[in-house]
Amino acid sequence: MRYDVTLPWWAYTLMGVGGLCFVVLVILSIRRNHGIKRSLFASPYTLWMILFTVLPCILIGYYAFTDTDGNFTFANFRHFWDSNAEMKEIVGEEFASSIPRGTVNVDTLVYSLWMAFLCTAISLVLGYPAALFMADRDMKLGASLVILFVVPMWMNFLLRTIAWMSLLEDNGLINQLLVAVGLPRAQLMYNSPAVLLGMIYNYMPFMVFPIYTSLSKQDISLSEAAADLGCSSFQTLTRVTIPLSLPGVISGITMVFMPSVTTFFIPRVLGGGNTMMFGDLIESKFLTEGNWNGGSALSLLMMLLILISLSILRKADPNGEGSGRI
Amino acid sequence: MPILVLIVQSFNAGKSRAKWEGFSFRWYGALFQSVSIMDALKVTLSVALLATVISTILGTLAAIGIYSMKKRPQSVMMTMTNLPNTMPDIVTGISLMLLFIFTRINRGYLTMLMAHITFDTPYVILSVMPKLKQMNKHTYEAALDLGATPTYALLHVLIPECRQGIVTGALLAFTLSLDDFTVSYFTTSPLVQNLSTLIYSAARRGIEPTLNALSALMFVTLLVLLLIVNHRTEERN
Repeated sequence: MRYDVTLPWWAYTLMGVGGLCFVVLVILSIRRNHGIKRSLFASPYTLWMILFTVLPCILIGYYAFTDTDGNFTFANFRHFWDSNAEMKEIVGEEFASSIPRGTVNVDTLVYSLWMAFLCTAISLVLGYPAALFMADRDMKLGASLVILFVVPMWMNFLLRTIAWMSLLEDNGLINQLLVAVGLPRAQLMYNSPAVLLGMIYNYMPFMVFPIYTSLSKQDISLSEAAADLGCSSFQTLTRVTIPLSLPGVISGITMVFMPSVTTFFIPRVLGGGNTMMFGDLIESKFLTEGNWNGGSALSLLMMLLILISLSILRKADPNGEGSGRI
Repeated sequence: MPILVLIVQSFNAGKSRAKWEGFSFRWYGALFQSVSIMDALKVTLSVALLATVISTILGTLAAIGIYSMKKRPQSVMMTMTNLPNTMPDIVTGISLMLLFIFTRINRGYLTMLMAHITFDTPYVILSVMPKLKQMNKHTYEAALDLGATPTYALLHVLIPECRQGIVTGALLAFTLSLDDFTVSYFTTSPLVQNLSTLIYSAARRGIEPTLNALSALMFVTLLVLLLIVNHRTEERN
């Protein structure tokens, strides 16, 4: 196995000095007998986060606003808005007006947002009743449903997605069934519905579990009280149970929406290049084209988008109550 | 359902997925002989294990540190901790890749490990913090009043109080690290692959039956592990 341990010398020096400083600081703070100095325990983590989270983010910003020579420019964003911008610069101003605006990038963004929206909506519609069943204490079904949702999560998500391939392929199981019944073969893979299916299948648990936790944390006497006060079971559901589970719903929406905007594996495998999503675009900008500046601009846009949507959701759930992970 | 198909397929003797050519363990044999898969397995497990240990230590220390900070720096630190969770995987991966390119560090095993530690640690902190907050503040002070040195109080009062959170955080970190694809994909070289990136590059060429066998094995292993854990907790109760 090739463990290519090839860090530059200054990286080791940095690590050594950092470790030494930390040990000295801790010893000092313990000697002085001040409980407050325990805050120093966070210093290695702070250093680590500055190095590996803050600095990389700054780098993305740096690359997004510079060209390949390191000069400040907005060109990367102009290229996002108009993918023909480069061509226009080459042919000069007189011909530029005859070239239409290239909308590939914007279209991809809109398409991914639309797909992610569909995925979130369908997951919510299917997932909420499932969570209700799971949280229902009278139902024997609940526990087995939980297992049904948890078990696939143990599998690597790439393998989960690939497993769908063997079902949906032209010679896959579903098509073989269709042929056996005497129906014509159907083109099931390499289109948007297949990608959507893969996304829902992979991200549905992220919707179900936050809702499930917030439902099962609910005080059962509340819905009993509602029933005692004359609510029908439907009214209890719409007036008591659902409003109380909203934090879970919101956290579920975030946890499904975010990965589905950015996924690039699922459209690659199930969409087979016919469907381009935003994550896909970013990945190919970086690794296929080697265009770090353009890719950084796209990443920056995506981060902005997600921050905006998160802050909207935060407003709806100010205490972050629904952040129940599995 | 797709998983069942996958498991059944793994026993198929033929190479094609479409035809059933009889029951065999052929692909399981091939799996254990495949150098690339076994290498990837080693990389995956060792990265997950190392990342878990390091991030658990780093995260627990940080949680104690952040907990004893004043309000202002505390909220700054918590925002920084929440930041990687709100960032999509792909941005985390890309930003780290840019960092490694910028500093001219060759991507490989170590960079992947660093990346894993980076996204694991916040989860450890987030699962240790609530335990620290639930703890009765006076227990620690009482220990000091009764003559314990701060070090002793730390080891015998603080750490045991949040042991549950530490264990949860470590488990979470381990699973996340095992399951991660996106971040590993951007922070490693094609020479050092973990299972996920190996599966990815294999999937682009078309699935090999050995991968079916691998996923079936992984699935069964996890199932057995979880059954054992369940059994133990039931016995304890």
